[in-house]
Amino acid sequence: MLEIQSLTKKFGELHAVDAVNLSIPDKAMVGIIGRSGAGKSTMLRLINRLAVPTSGKIRFHGRDISNLSGKALRDWQADCAMIFQQFNLVPRLDVLTNVMLGRLNHIGTLRSVFRLFTDKERMEGLLALERLGIEQTALQQAGTLSGGQQQRVAIARALVQNPKLILADEPIASLDPMNAKLVMDALQRINQEDGITVVCNLHTLDTARTYCEHIVGMAHGKIVFSGGPDDLTTAQAREIYGAGEEFNEAATSTSISQEREVSKTPDTEQDDLIASGKVVNL
Amino acid sequence: MNTPLTIGQLQSHFNGMEQRRRLYTAVFLGASLIVFFGGFSIAEDLNSGGFWQGLAKFFDFPSQIIQDTFAADDWLITVLEYSPAMLETINMAMVGTLFGAVMAMILAFCSSRNLGILPGLVPVARRLMDITRAFPELILALFLIYLLGATPIPAIIAVMLHTAGALGKLFSEVNENIDRKPLEGLQATGASWLQRMRFGVLPQVLPNYCSYALLRFEINIRASAILGFVGAGGIGQEFRTAISWGAGDKISALFLLLFLTIVVIDQISSRIRRNLVGGAYQMA
Repeated sequence: MLEIQSLTKKFGELHAVDAVNLSIPDKAMVGIIGRSGAGKSTMLRLINRLAVPTSGKIRFHGRDISNLSGKALRDWQADCAMIFQQFNLVPRLDVLTNVMLGRLNHIGTLRSVFRLFTDKERMEGLLALERLGIEQTALQQAGTLSGGQQQRVAIARALVQNPKLILADEPIASLDPMNAKLVMDALQRINQEDGITVVCNLHTLDTARTYCEHIVGMAHGKIVFSGGPDDLTTAQAREIYGAGEEFNEAATSTSISQEREVSKTPDTEQDDLIASGKVVNL
Repeated sequence: MNTPLTIGQLQSHFNGMEQRRRLYTAVFLGASLIVFFGGFSIAEDLNSGGFWQGLAKFFDFPSQIIQDTFAADDWLITVLEYSPAMLETINMAMVGTLFGAVMAMILAFCSSRNLGILPGLVPVARRLMDITRAFPELILALFLIYLLGATPIPAIIAVMLHTAGALGKLFSEVNENIDRKPLEGLQATGASWLQRMRFGVLPQVLPNYCSYALLRFEINIRASAILGFVGAGGIGQEFRTAISWGAGDKISALFLLLFLTIVVIDQISSRIRRNLVGGAYQMA
């Protein structure tokens, strides 16, 4: 159980995250939606402790992780893997080394500085890559891979951390629809097979509905919505994004399946069509 | 934004700007001419010999060297005899560059603000680099030779210190231009500071480091040759002796050796550097 209590992060006068209360059960797959600048990224960075909270508490399994420092902080970060929109790999290193860098916290500094990885670590890295279907790229420079492949390398790196929690900060925002699906499928599989909690910032509502059992909406640093995929109606979405009648999901959707239309209730769907008057049914 | 200008106004503005530009150019040219002729006449007054008298004898010395060279029947042997001195100079430059580059690396990591080092350390490291960079090798070597005697060691230390300052500055600029995303990615996995530097920074900067170090090595070969003139050994010392004796064949042999060495090393190192910066190698 990840519990967040009145968590606040201020940048000068701006409240990036404003007195947020949230609890996420173990093994859940949670999506966070909201417009740019709503505080989604800051919240994940606070949980991973890349950023220091201004006030409030973050507890994981009852342990307060909001004031950790030094070795204890690094150990928490190893437990709490993070995936970034821009992948944040080391582009000049090969893929397998990039994956094994996920083990750095478990390897002594001296051994890691000389790159003395063990056979076991190499095998773990390769298996993680195989699980994501990109083991053939193991020897290539990470920077030469496509975006979708790089993001899967990043997920493999997260996997070898043996994390209890995976935070994904807009993992598919710079990917094409096909790669976006591969990445989201991988995260879902890890969530279901390994029982790792996944918290995912998303830009596309249909992705959130398809993959997440619980969706949280943020606006101006506060949580303004919390519910299941079916509760996230277009009217709700308009409120979260502070948008008016012109808001139309179909225009920005990157979904490649027809599933989205089916999962929504027919009534709201019909209302949307009439309200916007410019929906092109795919 | 004020009211839009008419075409006529724009033209007259542009012409005004153009005239000002021409005026600046004229002023700059005039000032340069004054400095040149003024400086020349001052130097002419101060020097013991005159420039114009000297100019007449300008070609006497080279022709003497050429005559001596053709007169000598063991010239190629002279070239070979001086090779160990050339090697000594290269050696001085190598050792100085190597130790200087290591020092520069440490100073660079201490003086880059974006790597999360103790903020108090940054100005200290920067001033240290300023100081070591400010003294030319020649001055340092003269001072150290006085302290340690006329051996290659003072020259190596002089080259090393100057290299540490000069390369450290370049290295820290490379450090400050890195992409921070890999660093953040590693921090999020719980990597320690040293591990983040090793895997997040070093792979990004090492090709540039090597390129700059090679460039410095080229410069240091020339510097080491000059240091021989103040008694630090190597080819410079032989040069000085040959010139003071007026032995034209030896001067030409030494000159050829130095020239060829510098050309060859410059060629090799520029080829390596091109590949390094082009990303042909995975380093670190």
